[in-house]
Amino acid sequence: MNADVAALLEALESQAYLADRGLATAVHLARSLGRPLLLEGDAGVGKTELAKVLATIGQAELVRLQCHEGLDRDQALYSWDHARQLLQLRALEASGERPADHVGALYDERFLLERPLLRALRLGEGAVLLVDEIDRADDEFEAFLLELLADGQVSVPELGTITTPTMPLVVLTSNRTRELSDALKRRCLYHWIGHPDRAREIAIIRVRAPAVPEALARRVATMVARLRGMDLYKPPGVAESIDWARVLTAQLGAGVVEPDAELVGDTLGVVVKDHDDLQRVHAAFDELLAS
Amino acid sequence: MPTDDVRADGPSDRGVVAGGAEPAPGEPASSEPASGEPASGEPASGEPPSGEPAPGELAPGEQRPPGPAEGTLGVQLLGEALRASGVAVGTGQLVRCRRAVRVLGGQDLADRYWAARTTMITDPGDLDVFDRVFQVLAARAGEPHRSRGAARGPTHDTPEAHEGPDSHIEVGAPGEDGEDGERGAIVGARASAHERLRHRRFDRASDEERAQIAALIDQLPTVLPRRRARRRRPGAGGTLDVERTLRRALHTDGELITHATRRRVDRPRRVVLLLDVSGSMTVYAGALLRLGIALRRGAARDASQRVEVFAFATRLTRLTEALGAEDPDAAIAAAAGEVRDWDGGTRIGAAVDGLVRTWGRRGVLRGAVVVCCSDGLERGDPDLLAAAMARLQRTAHRVVWVNPLAGGDGFAPTQRGMVAALPHVDVFLPGHDLAAIEDLVAVLRAAR
Repeated sequence: MNADVAALLEALESQAYLADRGLATAVHLARSLGRPLLLEGDAGVGKTELAKVLATIGQAELVRLQCHEGLDRDQALYSWDHARQLLQLRALEASGERPADHVGALYDERFLLERPLLRALRLGEGAVLLVDEIDRADDEFEAFLLELLADGQVSVPELGTITTPTMPLVVLTSNRTRELSDALKRRCLYHWIGHPDRAREIAIIRVRAPAVPEALARRVATMVARLRGMDLYKPPGVAESIDWARVLTAQLGAGVVEPDAELVGDTLGVVVKDHDDLQRVHAAFDELLAS
Repeated sequence: MPTDDVRADGPSDRGVVAGGAEPAPGEPASSEPASGEPASGEPASGEPPSGEPAPGELAPGEQRPPGPAEGTLGVQLLGEALRASGVAVGTGQLVRCRRAVRVLGGQDLADRYWAARTTMITDPGDLDVFDRVFQVLAARAGEPHRSRGAARGPTHDTPEAHEGPDSHIEVGAPGEDGEDGERGAIVGARASAHERLRHRRFDRASDEERAQIAALIDQLPTVLPRRRARRRRPGAGGTLDVERTLRRALHTDGELITHATRRRVDRPRRVVLLLDVSGSMTVYAGALLRLGIALRRGAARDASQRVEVFAFATRLTRLTEALGAEDPDAAIAAAAGEVRDWDGGTRIGAAVDGLVRTWGRRGVLRGAVVVCCSDGLERGDPDLLAAAMARLQRTAHRVVWVNPLAGGDGFAPTQRGMVAALPHVDVFLPGHDLAAIEDLVAVLRAAR
């Protein structure tokens, strides 16, 4: 294995994020090639969490842009502080100046409100830019973002061009509610985060919830794997496994590691969060519990 | 470290046969080709180092022309093989892959696997293909291969079959004669021909009439349903637009004289067509497919992305991509080719369930207007259909059921499937003739 990738894996693990080799390689490449990293995968597999951990590791600031429909420049890049601009106008007026002579002073950096994209560009390497759920934004925003990421600069008409000193590490996540444009995908490095295999899931539970006994972690991982095989509307993610393990640990008395059928049934809502799914699971309850 | 039990299905466990995993043409070989290569203790596959000129001397950005690549798991070759397997790989991605391999050192097959996968694949649906292709190439590395010519995909020479709008309806040539009475008669004849076609049942129409109906559907004034958007645009009424107001004030020495406002705008909703293509339903499905294509060509800027089409008989198939074709007939032909079970038995419940499960989970159905077209003759379990329809209705904005049987006299929705589905349907329509399709267009327009 490439030494840098191995080091990255270790660093991630030190922050209780157990990545697999593919993901670590993708992050390493994103850094060394200066490309954005596009992460896709089911809900709850740790896409957003990765960006947070990367920020911690790199001692960088996590700059998060949560995408939604109708997201525009004002919310994503910058906007002007109109209230303060107005005050400035009035102040000028009161001192007998003609405000029209001071338009330039009005569009000063002092009145510029940084939004996530601008903040990340200014911080450069000191930032991890997380563009969360890019698939929820409009396609025109996608094109705008692409341009920004390609040039590493943005032009503010009143101020001129703001260029980033160094490219921040950019992580985009998508839940695939719509196909992203090919242009964006090709510009990015791409990694699909799947559900972890059983051994990794056990390890993740143990790292994230140290109070959970190993035997219980194994049990939870087995049952969650079975749940994922039941073709549910909302298959549980790793986040659910961790929650479930925590809840079961709290409910079980000290020294007991084997949850009985009643306890599993009572706490099922922690992992299965859909009425139809619950019915389906209850119908196959014995199968779920089989050891 | 728990990382080692990962990727049980990764390439490293797959019998690393690629003794010749050597930097492809276009990458500077970072090691001595003679000694550094078969590091994994594999059969050294007798690769001829002759193809590699003196390594290590290339500038980082430089690309070697693809020379004889025997015995290498070349990036170029991998890219071509992927393209031949239907994965779109751009030249930029190839270049980036080479750089990625170089960054990782290019020694380890698993490193190469991840480098290539991360840079070349952008769709999880392509992962299986990638794994297969990579495995084959890794296994074959060492054998001589020259697949450049074969890797090229089939060229698509689609015959341009545009014949323009049908002229059958135009009885005579209006405008040539000046007499009003005759012109009136012609217009009347045209109108009645249209009227007759409007009420011609699709299944009883002759081929010629079907072509005319198809042309009429293509020209329907289709509008996607709308919904409120978050964004606001400049416009009268609505809320104060501080930014523009301030800009205006600048021209008047800071005096706020006129107020700029902005208001909410509408955006198109997604329309999802779910078409039963079993047995006798084919002809109706064809008509709705045309409607779907017409909707895609609608006026809204991103109309083409707002229409999804699925077909089913026993299995659910996504047809949306087949709709991209310019020519509706070609699109329908392509769609027919794609639905393998065209004219098979009907399992509506399983189809709706599959739609809700796989596509609903991704959010395709959320806020959409879903149009199901089926006769409701369910061979599967009606309970499954009822449950799936209930789910569909909860997820989607509106559910429209189009049942061509409802166009017949004395129709009552007594079919097992219809009985199960009806409680979960917002609008129930017949879909047997052009007039019914026009009604559907009106329903779509009105759904907000």
